[in-house]
Amino acid sequence: MPQPGELLERSIAGERRALGRLLSLVEHGGAPADEIVELVHSRAPAEAPVIGITGAPGTGKSTLVGHLAVEMAGTGGRPAVLAVDPSSPLTGGAILGDRIRMDGVAAGRAFIRSMATRGHAGGLALAVPAALRLFEACGYGPLVVETVGVGQVEVDVTRTADTTVVMMAPGMGDAVQANKAGLLEVADVIVVNKADRPGADDTRRDLEHMLDLGRITGLAGAAQHWRPEIIMTTAAAGDGADRVHEAIRAHRAHLAETGRLQARRQARIRQEVLDRVTQHLGATASQYLSTQPAALREALEGHSTPAATSAKIIEHLLSNQPPG
Amino acid sequence: MTQPAAATGDPAPIRVVLAKLGLDGHDRGLKVVARMLRDAGMEVIYLGLRQTTGTVVAAAEQEDADVVGLSMHNAGHLALAPRIMRALTDAGLGVPVVIGGIVPEADVRTLKEMGISAVLHPGASAVEVAEAVRDAVSGPLGDRPARC
Repeated sequence: MPQPGELLERSIAGERRALGRLLSLVEHGGAPADEIVELVHSRAPAEAPVIGITGAPGTGKSTLVGHLAVEMAGTGGRPAVLAVDPSSPLTGGAILGDRIRMDGVAAGRAFIRSMATRGHAGGLALAVPAALRLFEACGYGPLVVETVGVGQVEVDVTRTADTTVVMMAPGMGDAVQANKAGLLEVADVIVVNKADRPGADDTRRDLEHMLDLGRITGLAGAAQHWRPEIIMTTAAAGDGADRVHEAIRAHRAHLAETGRLQARRQARIRQEVLDRVTQHLGATASQYLSTQPAALREALEGHSTPAATSAKIIEHLLSNQPPG
Repeated sequence: MTQPAAATGDPAPIRVVLAKLGLDGHDRGLKVVARMLRDAGMEVIYLGLRQTTGTVVAAAEQEDADVVGLSMHNAGHLALAPRIMRALTDAGLGVPVVIGGIVPEADVRTLKEMGISAVLHPGASAVEVAEAVRDAVSGPLGDRPARC
């Protein structure tokens, strides 16, 4: 098999299958993934806009992304899309069904890659930033990450974007649902899709109301006075993608003007370092438990609580693992 | 720094691009196959209906597919199989192709001579479908080094 360095040269020269292969290596992790990340670092200044799109299943994320990619390509961009879908926790398999919604309009205009969560949250958290940097090194940008907004991991992945678009659709709950903590708090742009359906205006009103409440409680102030625009779209007809694209650009301009872009990027790097450290420590602990079953005995026999046992293990591991 | 998949030595899941070419609207079988392969632990990139050789090739490249699975129910297999094989070859992709659907027994040999790795008929069990895909991956065309 060609070495990552050779594959990277070929990818940069525009060979899609070489980039496809590199993405698989990055996704699979381990030493080859780390090598690619090192190779790519100097070629990817992390300046390409990163846009996260998230929301409940069936709200129209992939359909909108297809049209967004067309908008981006039409304004001089070379979009790449990372479409994340869940793996089955039982079999590890996955049906990656995002591309089917995008290909019709975005074919030939965007590099689209489907990625399964593969059951290990940490792996995805590492693979996504690595894949984005790889795209940038190969001249792609803007970069779009699409995830189903159902789990913390998925939300975290989009949260590391410069701009997070949260998609809603009518008929999925009232103002109380919208007020529950979660997705909307991370939104920079809110899209109410299926605007041609009954109830779309109610959904919009509920969301506006919720955003008003954020101002009252002061949370909106914490977000640097950025009030997410609510955009009504009918993605299946391609209606509204241009306005979403415009809102994304407006948000990015806002970030740049207020110095928040730099802050977000630093937060992203911090998060990635933290993810990697956490992953490593988790793997070390897991290996320790496998190779030192005696460490668990007291807890298993009920002579010690899981908390006390873990404290002992942590102390042991940290004392044996000086930094560096 | 080591990530979980590689740390445990697990091979990456087999990635399969599933599609129907042209004007062939019978996609129920393909959906069943998608589910069978998912439940066999594979990652299915589902393209569905009305694809072209161009979109299938692009997906196979971008998704780093191990296998391309095509469903054919409109008697177009003898015309379409050589086209997809040529398109994949032109793109430098040696990815194996498995065809499923309504294919007369008499055509199976012809399809295999065209380079199709396996032909699955109606009624194939989930085990047979998964086996055909795994065999295609481990066959001469499924060899990853040959693809890059």
